Amino acid sequence: MSEDILRMRGITKRFPGVLALDGVDMRVKRASIHALVGENGAGKSTLMKILSGVYAHGDFEGEIELEGEPARFRNIRDSEESGVVIIHQELALVPELSIAENIYLGNEQTRRGIISWNRTNTKAAHLMDQVGLHENPQTLVEKIGVGKQQLVEIAKALSKEVKLLILDEPTAALNDSDSENLLELLKQLRENGVTCIIISHKLGEVLAVADEITVLRDGRTIETLHAVDDEVTEERLIKSMVGRDLEHLYPPRTPDIGETFFEVDHWTVYHPEHRDRVVVNNAAITVARGEIVGLAGLMGAGRTEFAMSVFGRSWGGDISGNLTLDGRPLRLNNVSDAIKAGIAYATEDRKQYGLHLDYDLRQNFTLPGMGKVSKNGVVDLHEVTSVSERLRSEFGVKAPSVYQLAGNLSGGNQQKIVLGKWVFTGPELLILDEPTRGIDVGAKYEIYELIHELVDQGKGVLMISSELPELLGMCDRIYAMSAGHITGQVDRENATQEELMRLMTLETASGGEELRQ
Amino acid sequence: MTIKTTAARPSLLRAVRNINLRAYGMIIALVSIMLLFQVLDVVMQNQNFITPRNLTNVILQNSYILILAIGMMLVIVNGHIDLSVGSVLAFCGAVSAIALSEWGLPWYLAVLVAVGAGALIGVWQGFWIAYVRIPAFIVTLAGMLLFRGLTLKVLGAETVGTSGTYNSLASGYTVAGVDLRMPTLIIGVLGAVAYVLLETRSRARQARAGIAGSSQAAWVSKVVVLTAVILVAAYTFYSYKGLPLIGWILLVLVIFYTFIANRTVFGRHIYAGGGNEKAAMLSGVKTKQTSFWVFVNMGALAGLAGVIVTARLQAATPDAGSMFELHAIASSFIGGASMAGGVGTIIGAVIGGLVMGVMNQGMRVLGVATDTVQVVLGLVVLAAVFFDVWNKKRASAGPIVGIAPGGSGEAKRKNRGPDDSGPAGDDSKDEEPESVGTG
Repeated sequence: MSEDILRMRGITKRFPGVLALDGVDMRVKRASIHALVGENGAGKSTLMKILSGVYAHGDFEGEIELEGEPARFRNIRDSEESGVVIIHQELALVPELSIAENIYLGNEQTRRGIISWNRTNTKAAHLMDQVGLHENPQTLVEKIGVGKQQLVEIAKALSKEVKLLILDEPTAALNDSDSENLLELLKQLRENGVTCIIISHKLGEVLAVADEITVLRDGRTIETLHAVDDEVTEERLIKSMVGRDLEHLYPPRTPDIGETFFEVDHWTVYHPEHRDRVVVNNAAITVARGEIVGLAGLMGAGRTEFAMSVFGRSWGGDISGNLTLDGRPLRLNNVSDAIKAGIAYATEDRKQYGLHLDYDLRQNFTLPGMGKVSKNGVVDLHEVTSVSERLRSEFGVKAPSVYQLAGNLSGGNQQKIVLGKWVFTGPELLILDEPTRGIDVGAKYEIYELIHELVDQGKGVLMISSELPELLGMCDRIYAMSAGHITGQVDRENATQEELMRLMTLETASGGEELRQ
Repeated sequence: MTIKTTAARPSLLRAVRNINLRAYGMIIALVSIMLLFQVLDVVMQNQNFITPRNLTNVILQNSYILILAIGMMLVIVNGHIDLSVGSVLAFCGAVSAIALSEWGLPWYLAVLVAVGAGALIGVWQGFWIAYVRIPAFIVTLAGMLLFRGLTLKVLGAETVGTSGTYNSLASGYTVAGVDLRMPTLIIGVLGAVAYVLLETRSRARQARAGIAGSSQAAWVSKVVVLTAVILVAAYTFYSYKGLPLIGWILLVLVIFYTFIANRTVFGRHIYAGGGNEKAAMLSGVKTKQTSFWVFVNMGALAGLAGVIVTARLQAATPDAGSMFELHAIASSFIGGASMAGGVGTIIGAVIGGLVMGVMNQGMRVLGVATDTVQVVLGLVVLAAVFFDVWNKKRASAGPIVGIAPGGSGEAKRKNRGPDDSGPAGDDSKDEEPESVGTG
């Protein structure tokens, strides 16, 4: 048997007007973990869709060889029968069905045409054991966290006798400990002879787990590196991905911090449905003009809930506490009050909560600030278009025109639209929730620069992020949150990952479940 | 600084293709259907179908469906549905007939009573839907039974006749004694001139602001075609008896609601709430309040449609308006609404309603039996949406056109753009999307 389980040669895929892949070559060694990295739009997902039969044989040029045999998949079923299984970033599970039923969905365990629940549950329990998922197989998928859902997907793949497992951004939605578990599981699968291809933006995790790394850029293979032999570092990878040196990951800035203008104190929020559950407990923070304040915390610590409850009570029940802006107490009953008061909140989930993907740039840019482009309730469409043109160029949104639909743009460009629409409302305080989630290195840098511009104009920024290096690189001061409490703050000079992690895990025993529905 | 001039020099062919298939697909479908019946009529019965009289009849016979379709489109765009409009229409018609004939109120007060009753019903349904958050399907299903029952109650299972000016609302050709024939022609010509002036002014403003609009060829052909449509329509109605009173009412409603939908903050909030309720809410849109008023508006329009139906039948009957809700919903979907909300135009709904009306009229003139007419209309609804889904699929992978009248919303949703690393990502060298509509 050959050493390579997979060889892809000269893969070229065209979409109307776009050359998505241009002669990509890739080899993957048997029983290894192979990482595929590259900026958004580099062609990673397209390549994996070709490998998994989403794009049928004949829709692209080039050859695929699986275990030395030419592979011609017409659809996903074909590829799965050959042992190639892809797990997409957005999990393909049915929340209302049980874990066991999800694992055997499309592959139901039947006896004489009738589903045998006994067999389904027993076999599922066995697979769940293999992936380290300790739950009752009959538990509904909606009842378990996203980390465990990821394990269900892997168990499902194992049920199909997977040889080559493709994971697209498997840890994007996971917290650190869940990510670690997942990566351990991949290593264990490798021991059992399963080959994994992992697409990830988290380079640290790529380096920790991958045997080999293939870098794609602009639809071409740049290089394949051996993680150990080539002494790969993050800088090395970034350089290869972006094709240029990024001097630093974060743009330079000389902080010019003014006086404190925004204060929250005694802020307590209950869960909107489970009224006895405290989600934010007596929290207090301050933000000064020209200051970037970070908010660190593990998933479920209540960061987003805190931010949204401050933003015009857009989340939570029984909210109590004081808000002060420029020395005046604020009473915000809804989002529109918050916008009028000069607060903006850019959500962590830009696709669902941040944008109208079916609408064009103009409508997205001007929705929250519609008052500024209208008079007596009548919208000035010319103003809408020219404002959008201005924001498009100011925020460097790479789109052919303002008539482009937001859903057709890459994550980085979508994020710029989200920032643009909020900056247009003229806020004093911007709350940015995971502003760089799921976007590539180059776009991240541009977002950081935009944030710097905002604080240079004397606005305050409250930045929520799950990536500690990002908080350390960007913020003047960082609050840590754990189980609804603000457990401490550190300033730029004294901030380290270790100290933040210590604060973020304080008191978690009191229940840091995933709270939002 | 880098304002790209988008779609600067597309070929005429491309401009025509874009216009034809995307934006004006519905208009073309409507015209084709009319031509088809013209041919069939000439071949089979040796007479014309496209006559001023037939066209006037289409307006007269479908006016109430078109009124309902306007409101229904807003309901569907906002992400809801209203199954109760037929019953609400019957109820309001009954109340207004009673107000007119039994209480002896003047005709305009009787109309106001109907519209007011409809709006109150909208308050009732809107409250449950927007604030209590019971799905509109259920609330209006309940309303469908509820208001049909109340109609029977107020009418005592009998018909109440109406007379006088009230009746002329549905079929009159005069207003306050003035014949509407000459005004039809004059206003038609003035309207065409005003349209050209407005388009030119807006085009000039765009150019001054350095905003790239659609290409010159596309723009000119659009203006020429629409001006011709206005003039031909005006002349056609002029050569019969003039545009009937109800036609004028409809015209005002279409212009008014198109303005509301495209140019007012409230209108844009209807779209934003239907397209992505959560994102709209987090952008400061009062989504509940918007939905509430959408239903109040639907109720008021159902009330007005109730007056028209009553006036047309010259009596309020207990079973008036049954199945009308389905016709209004079908008009919206033929006209490009999406089941999921957020997509659709007023003019689309009206054209959708006219497509059904013309088919209905055409088959009746040919002597096709009612049962067959129903079968065909059912297939038309399916075919209209299928054609659009298919058309978009065929042209997929390219960028999708912005808000344009016509075209099924279902198709638009199916072709949602790729994710982060998809083909049309960052620096795509895509063809520039031609943006039409809302201009």
